[in-house]
Amino acid sequence: MTQTTETELPHWPPVNPARSPFALIDDAERQPLAERAVTRVQLPTGATAWLVTRHTEVRQLLRHPGFSSDLLRPGFPLLRPLPPDVTSNSQGAFIRMDGAAHLRLRRMLTAEFMIKNVQRIEPLIHQTVADALADLAAAGSPADLVSTFALPLPSKVICHLLGVPYADHDFFQSRSRLLLDRRAPAEQFQHAAQELREYLRSLIDAKRARPDDADDLLSRLIRERVEPGELDVDELGGMALLLLIAGHETTANMLGLSVLLLTRHREQWAILRDRPDLAPGLVDELLRYLSIVRNGLFRLATEDVEIGGRLIRAGEGAIALLSLANRDPGVFDDPDEFDPYRQAHQHLAFGFGVHQCIGQPLARAELRMALVELARRFPDLRVAADPQELSTRDTSIVFGLDALPVTW
Amino acid sequence: MTPGPRQASGETTSRVTVDRDRCCGAGNCVVTAPEVFDQDDTDGLVLLRDPTPGGALLDRVQRAADLCPAGAIRID
Repeated sequence: MTQTTETELPHWPPVNPARSPFALIDDAERQPLAERAVTRVQLPTGATAWLVTRHTEVRQLLRHPGFSSDLLRPGFPLLRPLPPDVTSNSQGAFIRMDGAAHLRLRRMLTAEFMIKNVQRIEPLIHQTVADALADLAAAGSPADLVSTFALPLPSKVICHLLGVPYADHDFFQSRSRLLLDRRAPAEQFQHAAQELREYLRSLIDAKRARPDDADDLLSRLIRERVEPGELDVDELGGMALLLLIAGHETTANMLGLSVLLLTRHREQWAILRDRPDLAPGLVDELLRYLSIVRNGLFRLATEDVEIGGRLIRAGEGAIALLSLANRDPGVFDDPDEFDPYRQAHQHLAFGFGVHQCIGQPLARAELRMALVELARRFPDLRVAADPQELSTRDTSIVFGLDALPVTW
Repeated sequence: MTPGPRQASGETTSRVTVDRDRCCGAGNCVVTAPEVFDQDDTDGLVLLRDPTPGGALLDRVQRAADLCPAGAIRID
């Protein structure tokens, strides 16, 4: 962290937008990162961190117990300074916890999102897809696919699972989006976080005041964990916040980008319709190629660890760059080509290590069912804009399109 | 993958072990090799259905071990 070299270091996140939604990173900024497995970069806060860009090393970093996810630790690499009240607002945020404290909360949820349970709710997802398709048809051509289909679909599903009223979607969607924008002004960020926490807290309080046998996740966790004293109500609020945001923003952005990509590969659009059995492999390739968590996953070394021939010392920051690992030519042939027939299962779009996305079976099912049904219902769907003209979320933790005009 | 110990029959076999303390319940193993792995209905953690899977399954069992984000699957 010496002052003298900082001006020469590449900046992270990238300074310039990528040339297209599929390019991940500006070409000139990508080039020096591709030359080595680990590169020292400068963050917007002025701090430095090690950016890890290859598949093997990203896996090694994310599975290594010598790296912490706790952003309250001194020296943790940050994209923005921490708000002053962060300690009182971080209860239940298990994505930022380590070791036993993390596992304690995550394990209260693992059974909820496992593949067997997602298969059980497939009829619900199917019906939600059908409703969203009807809304899109009713909107009429041309329509915005993001606001009429891609965003409502996963929002409705996660609301149903959690027991959050979908009627409040404008409120939680706008605040979630703000929380994910790393350029959002600090005051607005704090205000949005507080509003969402208060909203979920009052929802939980209302459920506790009227105990019933409701089968949603929050009601179940209240009955089985909070009332017996295993789980604090603020911890439940933090868990709910995480699931609500992660449950709709990620799938929504994947859906918009997937439709943009697949409508440029007409043969794939037809195959989705005619061969839905091939859709799971296609979804994995979409996850790899689009890699929507483009800023990477941030960690702090708590011991000296060698990664990719570099000694990362205790107290130094490291960033696992999922997006470039998913374009590692050592693992994926012609990695910048979209190829639905490749074996893409090694992709790291859901992360790796004990924090790997808990909702991935749900995300996979939503993407598969939404894309298949969309291709069946709208075989002639077209995007009514050049990809380069579309407004993209370049400063969001989760990359995506602001809108996607489609015709049919 | 490394071949397992030779059995009297002359067929190579492998022994799979899972570490439920490390498991984070991501479920990759169940998607990859459902004949060998399952998830517990109560806590979502890994359950081993078949600790000595036959030759036809070994590729997928190895893939499940590679994909396990927590490193909770071992093949000897």
